[in-house]
Amino acid sequence: MLRASIKSVLGRKLRLLMSAFAVILGVAFVAGSFIFTDTLGKSFDGIMNSSVGDVIVRPAGTEASFGSSQTLPGDLVAELKDVPGARAVDGNLTDYTTFVVSKKGKLIGGQGAPGLGVNFNTAPSAGGESMFRLAEGAWPAKDGEIAVDSRTAKTGGYVVGDTVQVVTAAAQAKVAPKLTGIMEPSGSLVGASVVVWTTHQAQALYQEGKDVYNDVWVTAADGTSQDELQTAVAKVLPPDLEAVTGEKAAEAMRTSIQDSMKFITYFLLIFAAIALVVGTFIIVNTFSILVAQRMKELALFRAIGASRQQVARSVLVEAFIVGLVGSTVGLLVGIGLAIAIKALFGSIGLDLSDASLVIAPRTVLASYLVGLIVTLLAAYLPARRAGKVPPVAAMRDDVTLAETSMHHRVIAGAALAIAGAIAMGLGLFVDVPNAIVWIGIGILGVLLGVAGTSPLVGRPLITGMGRLYRRMFGAVGVMAEENALRNPRRTAATASALMIGVTLVSMMAVFGSSAKQSINGEIERNFKADYLVSNAIGSDFSPSVGDEIAKIPGVETVSRMKWGMGKVKDSDEWIAAVDPATFGSVSTIDEKNDATVLKQLTAGGLLIDSEKASKLGVKAGDMVPVTLQGKPFDVKVAGTFESSATAPSGLIVDLATWTQHGGTAADGQVFVKAAEGADMAAVTSAIDKVVADLPTVSVKDMAGYAEEQSKPIDQMLMIIYALLGLAVIIAILGIINTLALSVIERTREIGLLRAVGLGRGQLRRMLRLESVVIAILGAVLGIVLGVVFGIAIQRALADQGFTALSIPWLQLIAFLLLAGLVGVLASVWPGRRAAKMQILDAISSE
Amino acid sequence: MTMPITPGAPAVVAARTEGLAKVYGRGDAQVVALGGVSVALNAHEFTAIMGPSGSGKSTLMHCAAGLDAVTEGKVFVGDVELTALKEKELTALRRDKIGFIFQAFNLIPTLSAEENILLPLSIAGRKPEQAWFDRVIDTVGLRERLGHRPSELSGGQQQRVACARALVSRPEIIFADEPTGNLDSRSSREVLDFLRRSVTEFGQTIVMVTHDPVAAGFTDRVLFLADGQVVDEMRNPSADRVLERMAHLDSAAGV
Repeated sequence: MLRASIKSVLGRKLRLLMSAFAVILGVAFVAGSFIFTDTLGKSFDGIMNSSVGDVIVRPAGTEASFGSSQTLPGDLVAELKDVPGARAVDGNLTDYTTFVVSKKGKLIGGQGAPGLGVNFNTAPSAGGESMFRLAEGAWPAKDGEIAVDSRTAKTGGYVVGDTVQVVTAAAQAKVAPKLTGIMEPSGSLVGASVVVWTTHQAQALYQEGKDVYNDVWVTAADGTSQDELQTAVAKVLPPDLEAVTGEKAAEAMRTSIQDSMKFITYFLLIFAAIALVVGTFIIVNTFSILVAQRMKELALFRAIGASRQQVARSVLVEAFIVGLVGSTVGLLVGIGLAIAIKALFGSIGLDLSDASLVIAPRTVLASYLVGLIVTLLAAYLPARRAGKVPPVAAMRDDVTLAETSMHHRVIAGAALAIAGAIAMGLGLFVDVPNAIVWIGIGILGVLLGVAGTSPLVGRPLITGMGRLYRRMFGAVGVMAEENALRNPRRTAATASALMIGVTLVSMMAVFGSSAKQSINGEIERNFKADYLVSNAIGSDFSPSVGDEIAKIPGVETVSRMKWGMGKVKDSDEWIAAVDPATFGSVSTIDEKNDATVLKQLTAGGLLIDSEKASKLGVKAGDMVPVTLQGKPFDVKVAGTFESSATAPSGLIVDLATWTQHGGTAADGQVFVKAAEGADMAAVTSAIDKVVADLPTVSVKDMAGYAEEQSKPIDQMLMIIYALLGLAVIIAILGIINTLALSVIERTREIGLLRAVGLGRGQLRRMLRLESVVIAILGAVLGIVLGVVFGIAIQRALADQGFTALSIPWLQLIAFLLLAGLVGVLASVWPGRRAAKMQILDAISSE
Repeated sequence: MTMPITPGAPAVVAARTEGLAKVYGRGDAQVVALGGVSVALNAHEFTAIMGPSGSGKSTLMHCAAGLDAVTEGKVFVGDVELTALKEKELTALRRDKIGFIFQAFNLIPTLSAEENILLPLSIAGRKPEQAWFDRVIDTVGLRERLGHRPSELSGGQQQRVACARALVSRPEIIFADEPTGNLDSRSSREVLDFLRRSVTEFGQTIVMVTHDPVAAGFTDRVLFLADGQVVDEMRNPSADRVLERMAHLDSAAGV
C-alpha cells in the first residue's frame, strides 16, 4: 500500500504541488517569523555585551529603559575609585537624538534606530574591549571635536578633518564640530549612528554644563568578579542610586528588547495561521476530488482485500508526503522570507546586515509539525471517505460515494456563526470585560461558521448570477451555473478560501478608512494653529527652534508641548506638558469642556483622562506621587477630561510644574499661530528658514499634519494587504486546482459537448463563467463579512478615538471587480487543458 | 431535405469517404484501423455499419463524423470536405450539419431533458422551430419528461432524449454509435422504431454503428467491415440474414 501511495503522489505531481502550496506558504510564515526574531535577538546580543560595563551605577529604578535622562552627580566617579576591586571608574553620557547630517544635507538614519551621542571614555565593556575602537584619526580631545562611527562617516561622505553637521534635541539644535576620528563599534550598531564628544562638551550639550552622568561604569580589577565588585560598590552608594552587574543589566535589556520585538513574531504568526486556515480548505478540496476520481482504483484495492483502514491510510500517507514536501519547501521559503524582512528593516534604518541567520532546531521542528499536522488534519475526512468506497465500485460505473448529508455541516456552521454573532454582540453592546477579545473570538466564529454554511448561503447568489448568465450567455451560461451548483461543497470550500482573505482585507479597509477619518476629524476639530512644528521621527527637538520662531514678525503665539516617560503612582506613563495660557488658542484638550479644563490646568497640577483616572484610582483634588526624570514629587490632580488625540497618554501637566520638577527641556511639538492679518507667505518662509538645516524637524499646516498622521495607517495597511494578498493567492490556486480537477472529472461530458458542436472558445468561456461565480461568491461573502466586522471593530474602539465610521465603498467595489478578474485568470489554465482534450474520450466507452 | 423521399429517385449522397485510412501508433506498434475505405452514405437512408470487434467500424464513423483526424484520404459531408476544414469550421459543421447519438453518456447531467435537446441549437445561438420541436417531442414521447434531469430518466428515455437532440437541429446526417448498446430489448426497440420513423417520415439520414443484427434489421442498408475494409453490403436486411452474414465474417476473421 505504501508503494501505491508514493506512486500515486508521483503520478499527480502538479495537483499535489498546488495543494502543497498552501502548506508551503503557511510554513514559510512560521519559519520566517522564528528565524527573523532569533536573528534579531542574536544581533541585539552583540550590542548588549558591548554596551554594559562590569558594574553599572545608575539612578535607582531606571532599569533598561532607553533614553532615560536621569543623572547622577559627577563627583561620584572620584568617590567610587576608592572602592576595593575597582580598577577604573568612568561616567557615561548617552543621548539618543543626536543625528549626523550628510554632506548633501540628508539625515543619516533616523528612521527607528537611535542617533547616539556619547562622551568619550576608555571604560571597557564587560566583554573586556572598549565599547569603541579607533579606526582612523584621533579621539576628540577638546570642544568642537568629534569622532563618528565608520558607517555614518561613509554614508555622510565625511573624512577626518571635515566639519560635520550634527543636530540635537538639546538647547543647541545645531552643532558643527570637526571630525578628528572614525571609530569601529565592537558590536553591531543595528543601524544606529554614533557621535563621540569629549565629556566636557557632552555635558555642555546635554546637561546644560552640569557635571553629571547618565550612568557610571565601574571596571573590575583583575581577580575581582562582577558580583564582588557590585557588592562593594553598592555599599557606598546613596539610596537613590543602584549598582547592577553588567550581566544583569544586559539580560534586562535583552528581555526588554525582545519583548518589544515580539510583535513581529506575532504579526507573522497571525498570517501563518491565516495562510494555513485558507490552505486547509484547499487541501480538503483537493483530496476530496482526488478520492472521488480514484474511486475505481480504491475500490479495486478493496476488492482485492485491502481493509477500509488500509485504503484510508493510503490517502493519509499521500497527505503525509505532501505535508513533508510542503514543510521542507516552506522552511526554505521561510529562510528567504527572513532575509527579505531583514532587508526591509535595513531599508528603514534597522541595519542587520552584520547578523547571520539563526535557524534554531525549534524553528525546523515547528515548521515540520505545523506543515504535517495541517495537511493530515485536512486530509482526514477525504481519507475516511476513501475507506468507505464499496469494492463493487471497481466493477460498476454507476456507484457514487454517498455524499454525507450536508445537514450536519450546515447546522454546525450555523451554530458556530450564531455563537460568534452572540459573542460579537456581547462585546459590542454588553459591558463585558475585554470586549475586543469577545469581538475577536466572535469574528472568528462567524467567519468559520459562514464558511460552513456557505453551500447554503451561497446558493441564492449562484442562482442569481445564473439568471444573468442565462440571459447573457445562453446554454454556456446555464451550464456554468449548473456546474457551480452541482457540487455545492466543492464550490463552497473553494469560495470560502477566497472569502477568508477578502473578509480580512475588507475588514482592514473599513478599519483603516475609519481610523483615517477619525484622525482627520479629530485634527480638523482640534487643530487651531497655523503651523505645527514636530520631529519627523516623533522624538524631541531643540527648544531653540521654538525660540527662533517666536522672534519671527507676524507670529503671534508659540505654544510648546513637551513629553517624557514618567511614573504616576508607580505606573510607567507618558506624560505631556503644555502651557495652559497659550495652548487653548492652538489646540484642544477636551472637545466639550476645553475652557474648564484649561482653567483647571492654569491653576497648576495634573490633568487626567477620566478613564485613566479611574484606572489609576485618582480623582480631582487628590495629591498623586509623580516621578519625572527620576525625581519624585506630589502633584495635585487639577481635573479630568475626556480623551482626545491631543493627549493620547491621558496625562497632562502644566508647563510650570514640568519645568520645576526637571522635565526635559526639549520640545515634542510646537504649535505656531500667526497674528491676524499677518503675511502668511512671509511667515511660512521664515519658519521654513528656521528649520531649513534641521532635517529632523518639519513644519506642517493642518492638512500636512493630517496627512502625516494618516501615513502610518496607509503604510500599515499596505503591509497587511501584501500579506493578506498571499492568502488570496492561495485561494486563487485553490480555484485553479478545483477547476482543473473538475475538468478531468468531466472529461466525457466535455467531449460530448465538443462533439455536439461546442467550440473551444465556448468551452473556455463556460469554465471562465464557473470560475467567476466561485470568485464572486467568495468576494461577496467576504466583503459583506468584512464590512460587518470592520463596523464591529470600529464600534468597539469608538471610545479609544476611532470615532468615525467610514466604509470605503469604492475600494470594496474594486475588490469585487478584482475578484471577478481573479476568477477569469484562474480559469485560463484549466480552460486551456479542457480545450485540448480529445472529443473521442467521451464517446469511446471504457 | 425534409420532404418525403420519392421512390425511385436517384440516391443523393449525404456523406462519403475517399480512400479513408486511419493508422494508430508508429513502427512496430502500428495498427491499421482503416485501410483505404471509400464508401458513400446515401441521404434519406438508414445505414448500418457492422463488423466484428476491431473491424474499424467505430473508427470509420468517428472519421466520417469529423470527430477523429484521418491519416489519409478524404471525408465529405454533403459538398464539404471535412478533412480540409480547420478546427473552428469543423466544430461549426458538427454543430449545424451533424447529429450524434452515443452508446452511453449522451446527456449533460446538469441540464434538463429539454435543455439537452436544445443544446446544439443554443450553442449555436439559434432558436428552435416550435412546430418541429413539438413534432419531435411527440414522436419520441417525452413531453411529460422535458423538465427532468437525465438522472431522473430511465436508460431508454435518456437515449430517446439523445435522439430528439440529434433530430431537432435537422442535421444533414446523424451518426449513431451503438445507440442501443446499453438498453434492454424493449427500450432498444423503442429507440430503433423511432430512428426508423425519422428516416421514413422525416427523410432524415442516419448512419448507425452496431453489432446487433436485430438493430441492423431496422435499416435500409448494411455495410460490413472487416480488418479495416468494407467487405460486403446488404440492402433491405433482416436480422436473420445479417446474423448469418456476421457469423461468416467472424469465422473469416478467426474469431
